[in-house]
Amino acid sequence: MTVTELKDTLSLTSVTLPEGDREVEGVYIGDLLSWVMGRAQADNVWLTIMSNLNIVAVATLADVSCIILCEGVTLEESVRSTAEAKGVNILAAEAPAYETAKRLAELGL
Amino acid sequence: MDEAVRFHFVVDGEDFTSAGQASVQVKKNLRRLGIPPEVIRKISIAMYEGEINMVIHADGGEAEVLVYEDRIVMILTDRGPGIADVEKAMQEGYSTAPDNVRSLGFGAGMGLPNMKRYTDDMKIESVVGEGTTITMTVLLA
Ligand SMILES: Nc1ncnc2c1ncn2[C@@H]1O[C@H](COP(=O)(O)OP(=O)(O)OP(=O)(O)O)[C@@H](O)[C@H]1O
Ligand SMILES: [Mg+2]
Repeated sequence: MTVTELKDTLSLTSVTLPEGDREVEGVYIGDLLSWVMGRAQADNVWLTIMSNLNIVAVATLADVSCIILCEGVTLEESVRSTAEAKGVNILAAEAPAYETAKRLAELGL
Repeated sequence: MDEAVRFHFVVDGEDFTSAGQASVQVKKNLRRLGIPPEVIRKISIAMYEGEINMVIHADGGEAEVLVYEDRIVMILTDRGPGIADVEKAMQEGYSTAPDNVRSLGFGAGMGLPNMKRYTDDMKIESVVGEGTTITMTVLLA
């Protein structure tokens, strides 16, 4: 499944979608950046409530396929535009991480 | 020693909200050199943790990345406060990160352990009051 397909299937909000054709594989949930760096796998969907600029570098370097901002978290425009420019896909959900994770699990992720 | 491709970066200690730029640039450069993605990912993670540590704990520093035929070497040098007890600092969960950076998601005490985990060799030379040099090597193939 691609990031765009994931967004459509779960009716998530598209915050940035510069690389929507990227394939998603597996999920990692966490807000402490070094845990994400150390434990997330390439192509994972990363669920977080963190919204500062550092998530863009972490997503790029850990090579996750997309970020899902949970709990209705929003981004400052400067963070959003940086993510767009760096090719980082960001989706958003009103639901808490657990609810979104359950739906990802139902999709076989 | 065989000829190396060399990248050098000055890491700004002022702005930890946009830190990680050197690591992102290294990732790009390695991609251009045709380094395998799994290797790039290891380098990216190790380099980012080291870069962030220099910004948060040492007010910035310098990074040098040397690409040899059989290995990639990262050398991170700062003139920060140094690490008094390296063994303790290497423990998962040990952190002296201040509250303002913890609120950004740093301070789990996982950075140095990640650097060790994602590299084939890691050497920390640190003198309290003078600074820290961390040398990490990732073997190719
Ligand atoms: N370059 C450095 N100069 C001085 N002290 C450092 C340096 N790098 C690490 N340290 C010390 O070692 C500790 C552990 O570092 P580590 O990267 O593992 O965790 P952290 O940076 O505190 O949190 P995290 O990396 O999980 O966000 C730091 O809290 C700090 O006290
Ligand atoms: Mg650290």
